[in-house]
Amino acid sequence: MAGTQPDIAPGRLSAAEIERNFADLHPPLSKSAALIAADRCYFCFAAPCTTACPTGIDIPRFIQSIRSGDLEGAARTILSENIMGGMCARVCPTEVLCEQACVRDGHEDRPVDIGLLQRYATDPFLGSGTRLFERAAPTGKRVAVVGGGPAGLSCGHRLACLGHQVTILSRDGKLGGLNEYGIAAYKTVDDFAQREVNYILAIGGIEVRTSTNLGKELSLARLCRDYDAVFLAVGLAGVNKLDLESEDRPGVIDAVKYIAELRQAPDKSRLPVGRHIVVIGGGMTAIDVAVQSRKLGAEEVTIVYRRGKEQMGASGFEQDLAQSAGVRIRHWARPTRLLGDAHVTAVEFEYTRAGANGGLEGAGGIFTLPADVVFKAIGQELGWDELGSAAGILRTTRGRIAVDANRRTSLDNVWAGGDCVAGGRDLTVTAVQDGKLAAEAINRYLTAGG
Amino acid sequence: MNDTGRGNAAVDLGSEFLGIKSPNPFWLASAPPTDKAYNVNRAFEAGWGGAVWKTLGEDPPIVNVSGPRYGAIHSNDRRVIGFINVELITDRPLATNLGEIRQIKRDWPDRALVVSVMLPMNRESWAKYVPMIEDTGADGLELNFGCPHGMSERGMGSAVGQVPEYIRQATAWCKAFARVPVIIKLTPNVTNILGPAKAAKDGGADAVSLINTLNSIMRVDYDTLSMYPNTDGMGSHGGYCGPAVKPIALHMVAEIARNQATKGLPISGIGGITDWRDAVDFLALGASNVQVCTAAMVYGFRIITDLTDGLSHFLRDKGMTRVADLVGRAVPSVTDWQYLNLNYVVKARIDQELCIKCGRCHIVCEDASHQAITNTVNGERRFEVIDKECVGCNLCVSVCPVADCITMERLTSGIDTRTGRAIVSEKADWTTHPNNPLRR
Ligand SMILES: Cc1cc2nc3c(=O)[nH]c(=O)nc-3n(C[C@H](O)[C@H](O)[C@H](O)COP(=O)(O)OP(=O)(O)OC[C@H]3O[C@@H](n4cnc5c(N)ncnc54)[C@H](O)[C@@H]3O)c2cc1C
Ligand SMILES: Cc1cc2nc3c(=O)[nH]c(=O)nc-3n(C[C@H](O)[C@H](O)[C@H](O)COP(=O)(O)O)c2cc1C
Ligand code: SF4
Repeated sequence: MAGTQPDIAPGRLSAAEIERNFADLHPPLSKSAALIAADRCYFCFAAPCTTACPTGIDIPRFIQSIRSGDLEGAARTILSENIMGGMCARVCPTEVLCEQACVRDGHEDRPVDIGLLQRYATDPFLGSGTRLFERAAPTGKRVAVVGGGPAGLSCGHRLACLGHQVTILSRDGKLGGLNEYGIAAYKTVDDFAQREVNYILAIGGIEVRTSTNLGKELSLARLCRDYDAVFLAVGLAGVNKLDLESEDRPGVIDAVKYIAELRQAPDKSRLPVGRHIVVIGGGMTAIDVAVQSRKLGAEEVTIVYRRGKEQMGASGFEQDLAQSAGVRIRHWARPTRLLGDAHVTAVEFEYTRAGANGGLEGAGGIFTLPADVVFKAIGQELGWDELGSAAGILRTTRGRIAVDANRRTSLDNVWAGGDCVAGGRDLTVTAVQDGKLAAEAINRYLTAGG
Repeated sequence: MNDTGRGNAAVDLGSEFLGIKSPNPFWLASAPPTDKAYNVNRAFEAGWGGAVWKTLGEDPPIVNVSGPRYGAIHSNDRRVIGFINVELITDRPLATNLGEIRQIKRDWPDRALVVSVMLPMNRESWAKYVPMIEDTGADGLELNFGCPHGMSERGMGSAVGQVPEYIRQATAWCKAFARVPVIIKLTPNVTNILGPAKAAKDGGADAVSLINTLNSIMRVDYDTLSMYPNTDGMGSHGGYCGPAVKPIALHMVAEIARNQATKGLPISGIGGITDWRDAVDFLALGASNVQVCTAAMVYGFRIITDLTDGLSHFLRDKGMTRVADLVGRAVPSVTDWQYLNLNYVVKARIDQELCIKCGRCHIVCEDASHQAITNTVNGERRFEVIDKECVGCNLCVSVCPVADCITMERLTSGIDTRTGRAIVSEKADWTTHPNNPLRR
């Protein structure tokens, strides 16, 4: 094992097999399936699903519109609360959000297929580009939105609707944030992220500048001066460390970076894939990198998480998804040593258990897993280094930007939302909600003057 | 036949209607499923107790439109709730039908085979055709005074059925030439069913069957804004049937069963029967047997097994051994509104264990009834009945998606907090109520 050459190679499966593996995870509903699914909605009073949706979509209302055949009404209901209703229909962990709250769970253990219905209602409009929203008269106010992910786009769209002039400044070459670079490929097929971005930008009044970095070309102080208000939605650029010796060695890869490559690869069969893969972490990123590695043809993929099943950030559904893709999940173990001369060849783990005070402690005993590739998926952090002077002037909480209920930061004319703020859930849908709330607050600030 | 192997030895579904025997009380109503020997053979193979042959008329036969004849109201999962048709009586030559009827009766001696017929309002027609039909060996005749489209415009079908005197006259003519029992099939397109029923009885009818279909328009076509279904852009009203019409049929059956002038007239119940419980409704409200059309048309003949199995098990569970034990059992409970006990007080009760917290009871009581259901109790989503406001209307029960979650509890003592009045066991109805200006 140790000392052998790492087995990393592209094309472990044929291009056709890979294409099949990366097909739509939840294929869209047919018309008749949608009507049957819609009929299951009870049209609840003060519906628990709506309360559970971070963007507060009036779910019974849009389902009633599907039932009656008014898809435009349905799409409008969804997109007016959540302009990324199309992406959210694909990526939301509905099993812990709206569908978990569905009262159908109370007597038949099977919720209404809210996510799939939401997709059914929104797909035709995103596909055809039918405009559902018009801009209000121009206000002459200018807002800078830093970051073009869900939070930034949601905020920008809402501000544009309200008549403000928006400039989206973004580091990456394409807008969409993790929708474009992070979300598992089989959740958003057919370039959906870019189609959605185009739909959002079509509202007008949004200028886009990509490949522009806060902390390099831009400074927060400057933006505050040049614009009437600023919204920060830079996501999480930093990666948490394993804190192991020579962690930067070949074969130890940041999972998010690898997924970004995968998402951008024109031909997935040319991506290098390890034969034995070890993923360290317990969240959505860990699941996604593991499952996608399997789909690319990795032979053995093991996720190792330092705590139990219940503590994993990934939902039960995601864990099942990984297991049915042939990923092995091991709980209660943490890495202690990376083995191999230069390139990693194996990882040594120690067993763990919950200590008396809830903390983690070694439980005695070690084991070793062979690894051609080790993926780090133990969470991200705000990339303060890259934010330059902004770091110094914003108040933070536990390493992220501190905001109030309206997503206003410690600075008077700066708001922030999405993954970069403290207290969030790090989901697409919550990022969209942050952007929407901030836009409303910015609008109040700009129109009332305070 | 239709033995499910569960041994219902104690229950005999055998039925006798006007002396016509059939192994069970389920007949196919006169309609497309009974238009041909091919279909009726299949129906009897599947286990149907009898069939009323698709209505015969004079030669040359009528012609039907070349489609569409039917339309439906669906639930979203495409179950047919209501069904409409613009079909006429049989469009095949009389001799073809008579030959097939004769053959079927010969092949299936234990099944009931009744022939539906529609003739013009003159004695000669009855004199000519009744003996021809009887010659097939059929067990009885059913006079179609009900078809509401096409035939009525030619002075037949419901054009007869809507004028009691015509019913009496046609019945009398038919009876003059018939040796087999004669059933009069009534149209529901009247304001009071008792007039036609009494006229049938006066004309010498052996029984009535009801209902035929209701005058109706299904809907418009949302693209063309013309009638749907239509024939080349134009549509005529059609006849409505299926599950949606059952309550209308039950009311008419019960009226005939309980009214002094028509009481005792045997009834064959028709209208919306889909499963065995629908049959129980008709039988308990006074029908001696039942006929089915739409359910067979939209599910096929195989639904007979549920009808017979379910009815057998029901009768067994009720300690009954024959269908006749059930017939008319609910009739004594049918009365007029003015005799309902105004001292009877019920309150809704929500079983919190079963409640799934959809809140539909709350919102309907809030918007359409008496603001008698909470939505929040001690800061939690919770639905409870406020007795002080509840009038016991049953709206919440009607909308609750969970079977038996909300029930109505009778108050037998104490005070009704809504009215402030004591609960008493004596009955009191509108006829004696102080607010009634006409009270006795
Ligand atoms: C692998 C993975 C899988 C995921 N799967 C799901 C899922 O299935 N469902 C779900 O709900 N959530 C999922 N998430 C989480 C979700 O993607 C994020 O919560 C969401 O994208 C956050 O949106 P955001 O707008 O805050 O940030 P991001 O989407 O990260 O967007 C940040 C934007 O800021 C720009 N930017 C960054 N730094 C700078 C800078 N210095 N200057 C200028 N611009 C900058 C970037 O270019 C980008 O446009 C996943 C996350 C990952 C990593
Ligand atoms: C397509 C169709 C054709 C019908 N044709 C006749 C008919 O020829 N003679 C008749 O007496 N009733 C006819 N009926 C009425 C049915 O026999 C029956 O009375 C009515 O449909 C109500 O029963 P259901 O709800 O079970 O369908 C027809 C009904 C339908 C749907
Ligand atoms: S029975 Fe009627 S009034 Fe009483 S709680 Fe139910 S809906 Fe309200």
